[in-house]
Amino acid sequence: MYTYTDFDEAFVRERVAQFRGQVERRIDGSLTEDEFKPLRLMNGLYLQLHAYMLRVAVPYGTLNPTQMRKLADIADRWDKGYGHFTTRQNIQYNWPKLQDVPDMLEALADVGMHAIQTSGNTIRNVTADHFAGAAADEIEDPRAIAELLRQWSTDHPEFQFLPRKFKIAVTGAAHDRAVTKAHDIGLRMVRNDAGEAGFEVIVGGGLGRTPMVGKVLRNFLPKADLLPYCEAIVSVYNLLGRRDNKYKARIKITVHENGLEKIQELVEDRFATIRAGFSGHDQDLLAKIEAAFAPPAFVTKSIGGYEATRLANPAFRSWTDTNLAEHKANGYAIVSISIKKHGATPGDATSDQMRVMADLAETYGHGELRISHEQNVILPHVHKSDLAKVYAALRQVDLATANIGLASDIIACPGMDYCALATARSIPIAQEIATRFDELEIEHEIGQLKIKISGCINACGHHHVGHIGILGLDRAGVESYQITLGGDGTETTTIGERAGRGFSADEIVPAIERLVTGYLGLRRDADETFLQAYRRLGKQPFKSILYPAQDKANAA
Amino acid sequence: MSVIVTDTGFAPEDFTCGFVALSDIAANDCDYGIDLASDTAPTALVGLTNAAMIRIDFPSFADGRGFTLAAMLRSAGYKGRLRAKGHVLADQYAMARRSGFDEVEIDGALAARQPAEQWKFRADWQNHNYQARLRG
Repeated sequence: MYTYTDFDEAFVRERVAQFRGQVERRIDGSLTEDEFKPLRLMNGLYLQLHAYMLRVAVPYGTLNPTQMRKLADIADRWDKGYGHFTTRQNIQYNWPKLQDVPDMLEALADVGMHAIQTSGNTIRNVTADHFAGAAADEIEDPRAIAELLRQWSTDHPEFQFLPRKFKIAVTGAAHDRAVTKAHDIGLRMVRNDAGEAGFEVIVGGGLGRTPMVGKVLRNFLPKADLLPYCEAIVSVYNLLGRRDNKYKARIKITVHENGLEKIQELVEDRFATIRAGFSGHDQDLLAKIEAAFAPPAFVTKSIGGYEATRLANPAFRSWTDTNLAEHKANGYAIVSISIKKHGATPGDATSDQMRVMADLAETYGHGELRISHEQNVILPHVHKSDLAKVYAALRQVDLATANIGLASDIIACPGMDYCALATARSIPIAQEIATRFDELEIEHEIGQLKIKISGCINACGHHHVGHIGILGLDRAGVESYQITLGGDGTETTTIGERAGRGFSADEIVPAIERLVTGYLGLRRDADETFLQAYRRLGKQPFKSILYPAQDKANAA
Repeated sequence: MSVIVTDTGFAPEDFTCGFVALSDIAANDCDYGIDLASDTAPTALVGLTNAAMIRIDFPSFADGRGFTLAAMLRSAGYKGRLRAKGHVLADQYAMARRSGFDEVEIDGALAARQPAEQWKFRADWQNHNYQARLRG
């Protein structure tokens, strides 16, 4: 994987020095609070409900063991011994002190990491398929492109004060695990008729208070045109995006209000000028980055007693059934480590757990770790002969929950427990749902089900694209949870439909239980997932399950 | 009193022809500087290539449109003097220079709050520049 060049290293050191100076200049009054705010945000520092929060970038979700151990050390030294993995493949520390932050950034710089542009009205940390480089259905590893975009967007002089934040996601595979259609720019690697790799460029997707599925701006963009084309898009947006209303400032609204054709015309026109400024040096750098992302040296060997162990140990078998994905190399598997133990906070990992995952990656995983947008940790390259040992080590630290893709593998935003914007709690709801399904022992029978919870309309929990989405709102001082149904964040992206009136904090978990057990009676057979059943049957039967009394009243 | 910031620090105004708004360009008795608002349409930049001085307004440091307007002027071949005027922070000096501005015009109050050393701290704007590196 990519490691920092001298240029990258010098850049982050310089940036830490600048931020240290900005903190001092805030204290001596050179910078007002208003002026300091965007400067701290573009360095990942938020002011939350109880304290500052530092959001550290995990570029395209990729970490090496040394970096993971450093994240553990930071959690111990400057936080409360844990970190929170987020839906944007980042990690957040919830309890740092302002004066410690420059030292935390310095510690990150020691292992080639940073918190640059994880917030603010800038181009954010670029996200990518968490199975990149390991998935069987991939055209190319998208991380080289994501790294190129990271370099281009970092400290881009034109784009540090955009109308609003700007998120880019890349996938190299046919199956979209990066939610590309819900990003400001989504890049899907495709091949043209000549067999060359390039991109389908999607623009104007997003969740939040006005969810929109992204639209195709260009069917095929040659790889060599990527940076000037992205620069053209953001340049057009910087001038055209609304600055009068922050809720209408994202590019999805710019596209909606001006029309796709107008945007296409402006972008192509701007692209023609900007393209001339690129001499091809970016492609030379890309070639070096691609070489750095060359696959590890996979070995061909026996899978040992893997199958026998599976048969002998039902708990291990259950874990392999849910937590493994198909790897492109023979004899290997992609391991998803669930950070969703029933009843625990989704995405929270302790420093001890981080160290164990780092050790496992080093010993059995070709030195690679990934953070998924579903808030789990991935060991992308594990040989099947090592799976039993990996499983045993994970069990020791409570990381062996066999629930990937199931009802308790819930995405939840921090909600009112941490977030200043939240209007309701989301973590406790996720914990109660997971605990309840564990008690009922039916989640394996239910099968693939994505439940996503947001604690406010900004939708950090991606509820719009959950098969079951839950949105927590404040109704006259009381938490009220709205359910959306039929959402999907893959290549068939769909925004979920609102089921009906909201539920109180006491009602929401029983309502979800009713909905899911009700689905078991509706599905054609055990292979029909919740989403498939919803698409076949439509909203009505699910609505009747959710609101039984109301249904009777209508019938009367 | 306005202060003009360049890589060497603070200096007084030395542009003597004065400024007019884009809509008020009239008789050519002096090489006026042209004032552009931050919401100037990109189409209005056409034909400014030979101006002696263009000054782009930053009504707020959070309004980043001026950076893109500057970059567009430069890529269209504008070679004249280009100035960012208004609420620009010392922290934005490198962004301004990299986008194509030659200098920044700030008022006396801002110059007092953010003195010359804070601006000169970013006079190294040509270093650590990812975009220049990628363009080659």
